[in-house]
Formats: sequence, C-alpha cells, structure tokens
Amino acid sequence: MTRLYTFPGGVKLKGHKAISTSQPISKADIPARLFVPLNQSIGSPAECIVEKGQRVLKGQMIGRATEYVAAPVHAPSSGTVIDIQKFPAAHASGLPNDVVIIKPDGKDEWLERKPLPDITKLDSSELRNMIRCAGIVGLGGAAFPTFIKLNPVGHQISTLILNGAECEPYISCDDMLMRERPHEIIEGAKIMRHALDARQVIIAIEENKPEAIASLQAFAEDINWLHVQSIPVIYPTGGERQLIKVLTGKDVPSHGLPLDLDLVVNNVATAAAVHHALDHQQPLISRIITVTGSGVRSPCNIEALIGTPMSDLIEMAGGYTEDADRLIMGGPMMGITLKTDATPVVKASNCLLVQTPADHSTEAITRPCIRCGECVKVCPVKLLPQQLYWFSQAKNLDDLQSHNLFDCIECGCCSIVCPSHIPLVQYFRYGKSEIWKKEQETIRADRARKRTEAKIQRLERIKAEKKAQHAARAKKSAAGADRKKEIQAAVARAKAKKTENADHTENLDM
Amino acid sequence: MVMLNVILALIPGIVIYIIYFGWGVLVNIVLASIFALLSESLLLAIRQRPVFTTLLDGSALLTGILLALALPPHTAWWVVAVGIMFAIIIAKQLYGGLGLNPFNPAMTGYVVLLISFPLEMTRWNPPLELAQQSLSLLEAFRYSLSGQLPASMDFDMISLATPLDIARERVDMGMTISAIKTEYSIFSNLSGKGTEWINIAFLAGGIWLLFRRLIDWRIPASLLLAILIASAVFWFINPEYYLSPVFHLFAGATMLGAFFIATDPVTASTTPAGRLIFGAGCGLLIYVIRTWGGYPDGVAFSVLLMNLSAPLIDHFSQPRITGYLNPKNQQQDKS
Repeated sequence: MTRLYTFPGGVKLKGHKAISTSQPISKADIPARLFVPLNQSIGSPAECIVEKGQRVLKGQMIGRATEYVAAPVHAPSSGTVIDIQKFPAAHASGLPNDVVIIKPDGKDEWLERKPLPDITKLDSSELRNMIRCAGIVGLGGAAFPTFIKLNPVGHQISTLILNGAECEPYISCDDMLMRERPHEIIEGAKIMRHALDARQVIIAIEENKPEAIASLQAFAEDINWLHVQSIPVIYPTGGERQLIKVLTGKDVPSHGLPLDLDLVVNNVATAAAVHHALDHQQPLISRIITVTGSGVRSPCNIEALIGTPMSDLIEMAGGYTEDADRLIMGGPMMGITLKTDATPVVKASNCLLVQTPADHSTEAITRPCIRCGECVKVCPVKLLPQQLYWFSQAKNLDDLQSHNLFDCIECGCCSIVCPSHIPLVQYFRYGKSEIWKKEQETIRADRARKRTEAKIQRLERIKAEKKAQHAARAKKSAAGADRKKEIQAAVARAKAKKTENADHTENLDM
Repeated sequence: MVMLNVILALIPGIVIYIIYFGWGVLVNIVLASIFALLSESLLLAIRQRPVFTTLLDGSALLTGILLALALPPHTAWWVVAVGIMFAIIIAKQLYGGLGLNPFNPAMTGYVVLLISFPLEMTRWNPPLELAQQSLSLLEAFRYSLSGQLPASMDFDMISLATPLDIARERVDMGMTISAIKTEYSIFSNLSGKGTEWINIAFLAGGIWLLFRRLIDWRIPASLLLAILIASAVFWFINPEYYLSPVFHLFAGATMLGAFFIATDPVTASTTPAGRLIFGAGCGLLIYVIRTWGGYPDGVAFSVLLMNLSAPLIDHFSQPRITGYLNPKNQQQDKS
C-alpha cells in the first residue's frame, strides 16, 4: 500500500451516486436535430468551416481551431447543416453561442477513415497533433484541450495520473465507464504514456467505487507501469491540485502547473477518448453523461452524441418528476444552472442534474455572516472565504487580490458549510469578473492614453512643420515681388485665352 | 441555532450563580433579555428589516444575558436598561446589525455602565453563605425596580467587595496574600467562595460547546494559557504579592470571558493564527488590568481592546495558501 497524504480542508458529502448506477450505460438515439456549439473548450472558439445547406459526414470537421489553445469540432452524425445561429449554450455565462444545427439523415455515414497507424512508431508530436485534430478536451468538466497537457515541454514526466476520483455527488459517468469499459481507459493510458514518455501511470479512484477499482485492477496486474490507487472519499479530492497532494504530498505552485512537479493529470474518460481517436480514428463526437437527481424518474448514464438536446436525455431517463424545478449541468457543487433543457450536450457535460425544491430549500434563508470561520476550516486552498466575502461585498478589488482570490478553485465547500447559507462562491465569481473587467479597462485606458499622447505629438509635429513652412514662405515673399508680376501676366494671358474660347463655342452653337 | 446553543451552554453557570449569589442574578437576566429583545425589535422595525425572523437568530438575547451576567446581582433596572440599549442600539444595530458590529455589544454596554455609574457597578453582594440576610425573588425584583429594600435591611448589609478587589487593595496596603486569605472569609480553595464554582460551571458549558464544535478552541485555549503563563511568572517571582495562576483562572469572569465573550466570532479575529493571537492578547490584558489596573475585572476592557486590533491581526495572520512560499516545494522544483 502506497503512502497517501491529505489536503487541507474538504468536506464529506453524501454521494447520491447509487441512484444512477443501477443500469448499464445506455446509448441515446440520433436526435432529430443536433446543435453543435463551436465554443466547447477552454480557449478560443472554433471557426466554422461549413455552410448552410452543406451535407456533412459523421466525424467530419465542422469547426477549425485557429489558435493554440482551442479544439476543433466535428459533426456527430451525417446529415445536412440547416443553420448556423446563436443558441443558448451550456456555459456559466448562459450567453448565446454560435451553434451549427445539423439535421441528421439517419444513415450515420462515417467520413472515410484512414487505416490505423502503428502508435508505437509515432513520435510524441505526431500523437499530439492527431489528438488535437480529433478535438479532444478534458472530459472531467473543465474542457481544456488535451494535446496541450500531453506536451511535456522539456520535463521528464514521472507519473501520468488518470483521475477517476469523481468526487462530486450524483455524478457517476466515470464510475460507469471504468466499470464497463476499462480496456478503453487502459489503451488510452498507453497512448498518453507514450506521448509523455511517462515512467508510470496511476489511476486514482475514490474508494466508494469498488466495482470500478476491481475492473481496472484486473488489467493493471499484467502491466508493470500501471497502478490503480484507491483514495479516501472526501470532496474535492478529484481537483487536480488536491489529487496531486493526496498521491504525492506535494503542492503544485500557485502560478504553476502539475508539470512543474513532473506530473500530468488527465481524466479517465479523456483517456478513453484518446483511445477512440487514435485506435478507431473517431474524433470526440459523443460522451457519457449522468442524468440524475431527485427531479428525474429513472436516473441513468447515457452515451449521447455531442449536440443532443438535454430534453432528449431527460426523456430517456423517464422524464421529469412533478416537482422538478432546476437543471444543472455538472454536479451540485460546481455545476452551472441551465436556463432551458433545449441546451445541447457539449464535451464538458459530465452530468445533468435535475433538482427539486427540497434540494435547494436552504438558499432562501441567507443570514448575515458572523465570521464563524467554518469556511476557513474546509477551504482546500487555505483561503479566508469570510474575508473574501467581505471584500467582494465592498468591491475591494485590491484586498481580494492580496487575499489570493484567484487561487480559489470554486469547489463550493465554503458555501455548503456556511451556517448562514451565504452563496460564497457566487460572490467570488463576481469578484473575479470585476477584477477581469477592471484589468480590461486598464488595458483600454492605457491604449487610449497612448493614442492621445500620439495624437498630441502628431499635432505638435504638424504645428512645427507648418511653422517651418510659414517661415520658409515669409523668406520667399521677400523675393516674391517679381513673381507677383509674373502671376499677373499669367492671369491676363489666361483671360485672353478664355474669351477667345468663348467666341469659338458660340460659333459652334450656331 | 449556534447562538441558542451558546445560551444553553450558559445555563449551568447561571444556575450556580443564582445558587451562590441569589435571585438578583435572575432578575438581571430577565430584565436584560426583555430590554434586549425590545431594543432589537425597535431598531429592526426602524431599519425596515424582518423583525421576527431576525430575533430568532438569538443574538440579541445572548447579548442581553451576557451583559446581565457581568452586572452586580442587585442592580437598578434603569442601569440594566441603559447598558442594554447602548449595546443593542449603538454598538450593534447602528453599525448594521449582526455581523457588522466591530465591538462586542455586551461588553460595550458593560463598559459604558462601568464608566458612567461606577458606584452602582461595583456594589457586589457577598455569596449567600456569608450574607447575614438575603433577598427573596420578589424582594430582588422590587429592589431592582424601585430601589426599596425590606425594612430590616440596608444595602451595606448585603454588599461586599469581590475577592479580586480585596486582594488588589490589601496588597497595595502592604498585606501578604496569605494574610489576606486568612483574614477574609470570602476566599476559598481555588479563588473566592461561589465564584470558583461559577467559573467551573462556565468551564463545563464551554467544554460542551467545544465538544459540539460550536466554538473554535483557539481563542479560549490561548486566552487561558496566556493568563496561566503571565500569572505563573509573577507568582513564581513573589507568591505573597501576586495571586496564583489557579486563583486567576477561577476568579472573576475568566471562564465566562474565555468561552462565551471573547469567542464572539463577529468581533474576534477570524483567521486560525489570528484567533490564537487574539485570545492570548485578551488573556494578557486581563492579567495586566486585574493586577495593575483599577477596575473590578479586566475581561470587558481586554475584549474591547482586542476587538479594536482584530482587523489588524487578521491582515497580518493570513494562512499560507496552498502552493505558495513552501520552502519544501521550491526544493522539489529545483531537483
């Protein structure tokens, strides 16, 4: 048994996971319409490369990555692009997003796939390129482009950690994937390990998933570089930095990356997606999503095409219960509230949680903060949430930054233990956005200031030039008396010519 | 709910207090609670805040009870009223109500009384076992409301200086501690008759709160430790001139202050390290004021002075955040 460590804070939460793990993963049908957002990852949105009316094949790229931190988007099924328009997206802002709407033709016809390459002969950069082209992003919920994480940039990676902790309540999609398709994760792990040249791979799983641990353990016995590690159940142990702390005892530097400790962390579902991309030439066009909560009749896990409307999944899960009143994409701790069930499944959608009033009854009775410090005890980053709350209320952006607001991982532990039911994380998100706004304003103001300075300089230069011209002209005018006569003579000549011409015209008219 | 549990934890101490010092304690608590709830309701209504639901948080009631426990058992009703109204209206509601008051309301009210009415505030009655006569519940009420004692009594018969007062005055007059203890029958094994048991009862209530995780251990622990260390140092230097650590720990309002007053989260320091500093500061000041000051006890002034320092302490006691300035990590980065 390897030694495990603990991270500061954290909370023990009720899992609510068993309600969605009683049935195997089911597969959703191709929906009547696919709504594929172009912005599905961290970084810049993909650029649309299809037109209205165009026929697309399954797996065909429809959105191109134009920047480094970006991921392409592919058609989840064959069909016709019927529109490209703004549509509410599954994003914290709830703002509309460019969405390619595809009417599937039901044939599910694949784009011609190239023969399988021998992965062991490909080098790291070729692998990364293929993973990038397959549009693979972190499937744990953050949707960070995976190829960037598979670039060791000069580090000798000691360990690739595959994150199967799935610490947030209700979510069970990784658990079901690990139970039913362990080989896909192992194959993906092989490719990732090869790309990173990592010495070993650890698959970390919370010990409340014995079936998943057993199913992966069966594979790990024959592979000497693979280790399946069960870890204690405490939220948010599945956070990247918290998981690293638990497994290695080390803290990732605040402004650094796991790479600084020669570690890389990826989600288990991402590993499976990498396996599909390289071994089957399938880009990321579907994912497993948990549809659960007290607001659906039969919670389950569904493998759905990206772009499937959430309402289709609700139907598959037996429909809403009578008192269902809130939709959340993600878990109850870090998920985002959806305004409508027309929102499509995206690459980051690990869970669709349907709540009833009983689930969020405490929200109504927010009381004043009495600075009891319960939030300090549970913060995994050792922040001071009660102080940050105070500063966000006062819009004291300087103190927010000096109290390290940007180290907040928004895990929600502080909100859940708050005896006054203050939605602390919402205040922190607000504080962050205010600081971003201010920074943007500073940049804009800087630009405006530079422009003004340049303008003043330009005007002064023009003034100086004019002055110089004026002086030059004054000099000339002294010697200009002769020139005046010349001009008068020229004018007289021109007049004479004009009258002559006029006569001529009159003649012509007659 | 936290506040109501704190009130529950006060009950053993209150019961012992009444047993040793008579019904006046209960009269004070009843009057203070009524005035507290009335002034809180009035101000909430003026400030257009929900009255009933806010009263249920128990904070006004707790302020009333704590202030009542700090008063001499037989205090005129208007003294209680002035103290409570200052505590609730000025020290709490005018600053924005629960959570926004910088100073502990009960202690602010107490100090206002102590400075404004020094005579009334220092007329303590002796523990009942030493009293020639004592007041019944009805008599205590009547005395508080009208100032009338039963015909056979005058106030000097029921008043006596507290052990802390006696010790300080007599030591200044040149008496040794052991001589004082034998001469004055109010002294007992740990501290004073009655007060030692009251302190033990508040300690028990405090431990129950710690056990229920309703208060943080840091403030009471560092407060008591600071009193212990400070008094031990001077006691070792001269045990005939300075009171013993045990005496300090079980005298006056030590335990009430450590577990119920200094722990008010709103006005105390809020960082883990800051709470240790806050508690230690309270403890040291309590010892200093008791030993070299001129007031009956030092808890109220100490807590208020430390309330004043809490924002500064918080600012300089931020915990080291994960991933920052960890010398171990920096070494790992290099390797």
